[in-house]
Amino acid sequence: MLASTIGQQLVNGLTLGGMYALIALGYTLVYGIMLMINFAHSEMFMSGAYVGLFTLQLLTNQTIITNAAKVLPFMSGMQSARVFFTGSGFGLFICFVIVFGVAMVAVGFMGVLIERFAYRPLRHAPRLAPLISAIGVSIFLQNAVLLWIDSKAIPFPKVMPVHDIKLGGGVSISTLQILILVTTLVLLACLDTFVARTKIGKAMRATSQDREAAGLMGIDINSVIALAFFIGPALGAVAGVFAGMYYGSVSFSMGFLPGIKSFTAAVIGGIGNLRGAILGGFALGIIESLAAGFLSSGYKDVVAFAILILVLIFRPGGLLGESVVEKV
Amino acid sequence: MGGSKMDIRTSVSTTKMSRTKMALLALAGLAVVFVPVVFQGMGQIFMVRIMAVIGLYVMLALGLNIVVGYAGLLDLGYIAFYAMGAYVGILSAEVISHVWPALAPFSYFISLPIAALAAAATGIALGTPVLRLRGDYLAIVTLGFGEIVRIVITNDAGGLTNGAAGLPRAGQMITSPFGLQWLIDNARFTGFGLDFAFSNNLYWYFIIVLLCCLTVFVVRRLDDSRLGRSWVAMREDEVAAASVGINITVAKLWAFSLGALWGGVAGVTFANFQQFVSPESFTFMESVFIVCIIVLGGMGSIPGAILGAIIIQGVPELIRGLANSGIVKLTAEQASLIGNYRFLVFGLLMVVMMANRPQGFLPSKRRAMELAPEDEKVLAEENQSLYDVEHQTETSDHDL
Repeated sequence: MLASTIGQQLVNGLTLGGMYALIALGYTLVYGIMLMINFAHSEMFMSGAYVGLFTLQLLTNQTIITNAAKVLPFMSGMQSARVFFTGSGFGLFICFVIVFGVAMVAVGFMGVLIERFAYRPLRHAPRLAPLISAIGVSIFLQNAVLLWIDSKAIPFPKVMPVHDIKLGGGVSISTLQILILVTTLVLLACLDTFVARTKIGKAMRATSQDREAAGLMGIDINSVIALAFFIGPALGAVAGVFAGMYYGSVSFSMGFLPGIKSFTAAVIGGIGNLRGAILGGFALGIIESLAAGFLSSGYKDVVAFAILILVLIFRPGGLLGESVVEKV
Repeated sequence: MGGSKMDIRTSVSTTKMSRTKMALLALAGLAVVFVPVVFQGMGQIFMVRIMAVIGLYVMLALGLNIVVGYAGLLDLGYIAFYAMGAYVGILSAEVISHVWPALAPFSYFISLPIAALAAAATGIALGTPVLRLRGDYLAIVTLGFGEIVRIVITNDAGGLTNGAAGLPRAGQMITSPFGLQWLIDNARFTGFGLDFAFSNNLYWYFIIVLLCCLTVFVVRRLDDSRLGRSWVAMREDEVAAASVGINITVAKLWAFSLGALWGGVAGVTFANFQQFVSPESFTFMESVFIVCIIVLGGMGSIPGAILGAIIIQGVPELIRGLANSGIVKLTAEQASLIGNYRFLVFGLLMVVMMANRPQGFLPSKRRAMELAPEDEKVLAEENQSLYDVEHQTETSDHDL
């Protein structure tokens, strides 16, 4: 009984951790390059969920597909859009590619815009100024969704057939959980390779080490920062769409808690450290799931906050250790 | 550091007030006393309530201003001290009325210092471990602390807080405070088209106004004090301040505890004014709300905090209230729309203010100068915390 509970909570924790890791990367990328806490990042996650939801609604809307069929011949045989996108494995794949692609691009550009108008003017201001500005952006976005879209939670349509796969010992994993884990790991691997291997990735690393010197070496600092503000929110948007699918609904306030928790994850791994953020995300997901299984669920959120406070106080560099240069 | 413009005045209050300024102040004082009386006479109770709530937020903003404006520590969990004051106040008043029933009418006045001290102690308890943290980390830790306090209250910790249902429990009441019944019976007045009768709301309004005056007085004195000057030095450049002998730990703890103290005072008064508290009043958004008041009014500025509270808390409530009572012709829908749009506008305001006028509408002179550092190097030095220097780490270096 105990073993199966632990096993099940581990599976849930890994899924949750994958989402936290995706969001935490956004915090850590921006912090690594700009040294600022992008408080509005939790709203990128929320926006991603909404963009994903609307894209999905468009794709499964009959009239749009009928019109599209007039232009795209391969769709003309389809009797119903719902059947096309959800009926076969291939259709579902195309559907997910479109939904996630649109969410990533839209939210990524949103991140770039926010950087351009809310943070760039404050690049030479005292440290608290961009943080206050970011809080302002976060409040603005939350209330924009609340006022202009819906103040209540919107159910997220179920497109994918979800069934549980028994792993033995009373532990099971759902197909959705597998999808979330696999996608997360693929994205994380892509980002890691991108930053470690490509020339642009090198420019990002250089900028995070010393912005001024990188500029003198001919790196366009503004585009590197803009890129960080594109990638982070894009990954956050993926997590947002997953959260919509996993929890079955989206709401304007859905970003706050996962945002703070993912920030905690980034801090656990040492903020500014990409692999640390991934490890921190999974660690926090597992700890939280185990805590939810054994503590009262009312105190579930206290665990994450307590970890955040303890880590910041005792190991502000993170558990993995911040990669700081010791001055002699 | 720049030349003569950065002179350090050891005392601010030596500057004499001009005649016009004094006249304006007297006029404002008269308005503060008589406007609610007139509203009460007109039967516009909601206006009295709104003015009382503005007063509470003036107190909160001035308290948080000690931490954010004077000491330069961004506290995103200030509402926790407000909650602490409210709950400790109600619970201690309950105990007092239970043990010494004769003291029940005075329970607010006895629980006020208890709640204030409890909040200050909480401030020290939170402050001690987080002191060495850098500014932005400190902000996040205080946010976490505020949320923990709210969650603990919601979960009815120790059976004390009655969870989400709030205090006082069903069937219980907060005892009517000393003198209120007498005032209601005797303070009556008819004429000039008014039909004035004293009320519960007016009673608490005047207590809140008195407390606001006390707060302004204390904060003003603090600003001029040795402690106040060490706060200025500390927020401008922590390392330099430490090197001229200011004890950073002590200065930060004072800021935290004094800020928390006013949060507690406001909290217990809020609880008695509302006659009810529940965890709903103590969300993260409320903390942001108070930060927003200070940012808008001007960090470190007393008139700024007052103006900010009036604009941010007062204007939307006022429009809604006026519409509800039919004084201003707005449909209920339009009125609630104004209330709903306020957070949207405040979010936008915070962004615009930070980019264009970080010193706020009514800035303190020193703070305005600090917010525009002369060059990158000065900025980098000022941003460095003592902890970073002591641990000899380079915070600007990162490997992704």
